[in-house]
Amino acid sequence: MSAPDTPPSFALGVESLRKRRGLLESFLAFCDRRAAVLFPAPAVLLLLLLMVFPSLFNIYMSLHEWFAASAARPEFVGLKNFAELFLQDENFTDSIWRTFYFTAFAVITEMILGLAIALLLNRELKGHRIIRTLFMLPMMATPTAMALIWVLMYNPTLGVLNFLLGLLRVPPQEWLSNLHLVIPALALVDIWQYTPFVALILLAGLATIPVEPLESARIDGASPWQVLWHIILPLLRPTMMVAALFRIIDTLKTFDTIYVMTQGGPGRASQTINLLAFQTAFDYFHIGYAAALSLSLIVLVFMISGVLIRFRRQAE
Amino acid sequence: MSENTRTFAGPGAHARRSMRKLLTSVILYAAVILVIAPFMFVFLWMFLSSFKTGVQQTAYPPVFIFKPTLNNYFEVFQRVPFVSYAVNSVIVSVSATVLGLVFGLPAAYSIARWKQSRLAVAILVSRMVPWISFLLPWYLLFSAFGMVDTYPALILTHLIITMPMIIWLMIAFFEDVPTELEDAALIDGCSRLGVLLRIAAPLASPGIVASSILVVIYSWNNFIFSLILAGRKTMTLPVAVYGFMSYQEMNWGGITAAATLITLPVLVLAFVIQRHLIKGLALGGVKA
Repeated sequence: MSAPDTPPSFALGVESLRKRRGLLESFLAFCDRRAAVLFPAPAVLLLLLLMVFPSLFNIYMSLHEWFAASAARPEFVGLKNFAELFLQDENFTDSIWRTFYFTAFAVITEMILGLAIALLLNRELKGHRIIRTLFMLPMMATPTAMALIWVLMYNPTLGVLNFLLGLLRVPPQEWLSNLHLVIPALALVDIWQYTPFVALILLAGLATIPVEPLESARIDGASPWQVLWHIILPLLRPTMMVAALFRIIDTLKTFDTIYVMTQGGPGRASQTINLLAFQTAFDYFHIGYAAALSLSLIVLVFMISGVLIRFRRQAE
Repeated sequence: MSENTRTFAGPGAHARRSMRKLLTSVILYAAVILVIAPFMFVFLWMFLSSFKTGVQQTAYPPVFIFKPTLNNYFEVFQRVPFVSYAVNSVIVSVSATVLGLVFGLPAAYSIARWKQSRLAVAILVSRMVPWISFLLPWYLLFSAFGMVDTYPALILTHLIITMPMIIWLMIAFFEDVPTELEDAALIDGCSRLGVLLRIAAPLASPGIVASSILVVIYSWNNFIFSLILAGRKTMTLPVAVYGFMSYQEMNWGGITAAATLITLPVLVLAFVIQRHLIKGLALGGVKA
């Protein structure tokens, strides 16, 4: 009833008021004593409900033969879905390689261009804030809408990209309908969206690099390239690892852009794991198999981020 | 050293030096513009195309200067219930953000104050899991309860976008709030909840505003949840604009006008919170 931490000044106050407020106060006092548990509790419960429970359900589904379209009840088949996935399904292994190809193409380009842009912008520029905001727009804009604009620009016969390339005397390309060009073309959209992200993170990292070693190196006659290679890049490595980690995790999971632009086509040429899982679930209603697929994607993402985090610790 | 050279050299050298300085800065700014241009071109092309007639749309070589028309915009509003899609988008993203704050702020505060780093890691991990792996269980559950194409189903799923992001960003903002003020309030008999609502939250309000806007944008942009869980009644804008593609042959005027309309509020919001956005993005990079 009486809260232990009620200060004396309060205890001297009007007795009746205190009684009426007693319930609320003792509740608040209880909250205070257990605050470290109660404050995060609603969020944790919501996470359990919205994420952990579905994940467990996913595991359950992956162990069953289950077609949503048929009336047949799910049948327990153990690891059959996984065995099929890893041992027989060429679409799965192909989709993994495609996912890696797409991710590597996009992230490596983003890191190189992002570093170059960060080095360019890392000086006192008039209107630096407006420059940075403009750079952020591609990653903030609705990906679905942007993907459609890219489809328009990639159009082989009337698209503006082939026109611009024509000005540089490059022959027109088929882009999204070319089996070999479709993944680089999709990666280019990711590069357009997220190179500024890498640049902004590296810019923040550059701001923390102390000036003294740079200046003493310059006084000692080091060329700009030497300064960059031997001083700036080693100091920037932790930041670069963070940026790369963020980008790799996100790029592995890319869905909107690919789904809108190609739906995994032409044929299966741009069907990444995410697309394959989605289409297995919602085009073929092969639920158990789709669950096994999406679990594999989770494991893949966690494995890669685990490796990267360990790698980063060693680097530090 | 440079002082000396300046005195020995005539007035001409001074002018030459400032000329060279001017030239370097011209080259520098030209380089900056050259680098920004490709990133802005996509927006420019979207914007230009949305004012083109059908004939101008398919002209080759593409036209850059033309007499603009507003017909595409009229068409967007006439052909589809664009306004009700926009209302759906607002309802879902704002509700998910408000609920995300209600659930997320106490958790973020707690993680920041009591150094609950394991919880922080759990939040980070929750943002790495691909959404597709929740989508299928949700779809089955929501269909079982007849909740597909309802606001609660969409808002709940959008909480996955908003809440972990809000927590992750707000940890850093709450850590910046000095504990002395809070301790003083606690000694004066204020409850912890009171401290959060009356002291910590107001002091961290720039952070709350910035992360709310960021999260509204991410929810507004979300495509995959609405693609599966929304229907005729609750369809949000990204799915609606995707639907434009399959309506007959490509109606590029309508598509680009709708894309402009969807993107414009996002771009305006990004400008509003530009200062905090950079910090927020650096902190919460993983958009999940």
